[in-house]
Amino acid sequence: MSVLILAEIDNGAIKKSSLEAIYYGSEVAKMKGTTATALVIGSASAGDLAAAGNFGAAKVLHANDARLAQGNIMAYADVLVSAIQHESSDVVVLAKSSLGDAVAARVSGKLKASIVSNVTELPDLSGGFKVKRSIYTGKAFAHVEMKGDCKILAIKKNAVLVSEGTATANVEVFSPALNDASFGVKVTGTHKASSSISLPEADLVVSAGRGLKGPENWGIVEDLANALGAATACSKPVSDLDWRPHHEHVGQTGIKVAPNLYIACGISGAIQHLAGVNSSKVIVVINKDPEAPFFKAADYGIVGDVFEVLPKLTKAIQALK
Amino acid sequence: MKILVCITNVPDTTAKISFTDGDTKFNKTGVTYICGPYDDYALSRAVELRDQLGGTVTVMNVGEADSEQVIRKCLAIGADDAIRVNCEPTDSYFVAEQIAVVAAQEKYDLILMGRESIDYNGGIVHGLVAQMLGIPSLSPVMKLEIDGNTAKMTREIEGGKEDIEASLPLVLGCQEPIAEWKIPNMRGIMTARTKPLRVLEPVGEGLTVTSKYELPAPKGACKMVSADEAEKLIDLLKNEAKVL
Repeated sequence: MSVLILAEIDNGAIKKSSLEAIYYGSEVAKMKGTTATALVIGSASAGDLAAAGNFGAAKVLHANDARLAQGNIMAYADVLVSAIQHESSDVVVLAKSSLGDAVAARVSGKLKASIVSNVTELPDLSGGFKVKRSIYTGKAFAHVEMKGDCKILAIKKNAVLVSEGTATANVEVFSPALNDASFGVKVTGTHKASSSISLPEADLVVSAGRGLKGPENWGIVEDLANALGAATACSKPVSDLDWRPHHEHVGQTGIKVAPNLYIACGISGAIQHLAGVNSSKVIVVINKDPEAPFFKAADYGIVGDVFEVLPKLTKAIQALK
Repeated sequence: MKILVCITNVPDTTAKISFTDGDTKFNKTGVTYICGPYDDYALSRAVELRDQLGGTVTVMNVGEADSEQVIRKCLAIGADDAIRVNCEPTDSYFVAEQIAVVAAQEKYDLILMGRESIDYNGGIVHGLVAQMLGIPSLSPVMKLEIDGNTAKMTREIEGGKEDIEASLPLVLGCQEPIAEWKIPNMRGIMTARTKPLRVLEPVGEGLTVTSKYELPAPKGACKMVSADEAEKLIDLLKNEAKVL
């Protein structure tokens, strides 16, 4: 009856958000008096897999069939169901992502498992199984009772404070039979920005809006982001104007982020933008308009010209290192 | 081309969120309801495909009678008919089951919906519906072209996008820029009044129950740093907020 965690791979290593999910799953396992098993799908080194133990996994099931390399949703769901049966798991945990959500939904459908997305805290197991989830794009929370024999939790970033240990997980090769019918969807091309830090996973984000006046001015934003080791993001108008790609657009209809630090440069803070960033731990707003509504949602603010302030900040960060 | 578009009836993106009855019910007072913005993109693309390839667009909502204003607006934008399943859409599995029951009978070529509803933000229903029907689902889809029995799509992934091909039937969660939002014209509004709207009763039951709601703790005051001493901010972030 172990708790099973679906862990995703990026560039040969377990994704940071998935390590957080493993830690979350291991905490749930402790509450239930059982152990946590991580299912890792895709190619990864033995050392990386065993390191899942640092995050609380007692065991890693490694499914590494070459046909799974493209992240096929239906095939992943088949593998996850096999792993749930193999481990007799009644709780499944995963980090919210475009692949994870889709796989979790199918598994819920296959097993008639209750599913809750955007879980923000560890569950309450005193009398039933209750979770807290974020709703209305971070503007409120709901306490939800999960019924059914199997429960699936898609967790939001920072749902649990991770503390890393030094244990090693036992790695087992996991090769369930794959169904040809699950490979009907073909990926014919991938366009991915190279070397940039993944925005949904980032702990630090530097975001800019129309206050930058044009795409040619993004250098000062990138300089600050590079100095910090932060991901870059933008507001909706900037993405609509094609100054920046859509996958950087943060807001109600874009990416929702929950970094430790969100620095907004030249963004006024429309309610739709705030919806995408209100789960950030600390928000800094830099805007020349002291009346910009974003200051009301900020922890720190600077009223000033981004073209003067950003280079100063970059310099101050560099001086720290 | 027989298309089903599933829509949500949700509070406007600028709505003030609050709760009543000891934080057990959403406070609808003074809240304007809209068709989910992602659902609007799905509907717009469905109408374009129908106009291009022929066929029908049916709009479906799992929701109570107060959804009908939004459903009529979808008919005014160009859907041919509508189905409403008369219940409160409280649980992903339950909502998906209502859609799958109808879809299993009607055999749609495409089932489109928004990537997520903007009230519960689950992004789960399209995958569930597809599983219940035994067909693939993809989300978030930013581009959709139909070539015979094949759908050619672009899907957003973390840090980029990918091009995908799959055979119909499919379930797709949609987002911008799959189509431009459409605004109903006068003729659309007039004809929407008489387009058929079937009301069905729900089947099955949900697997989750919401017991209580909660608002986030209010934010403290914003600490201002002078632009002339901008470097002080870095010190505060490092030593006070401890995020660097």
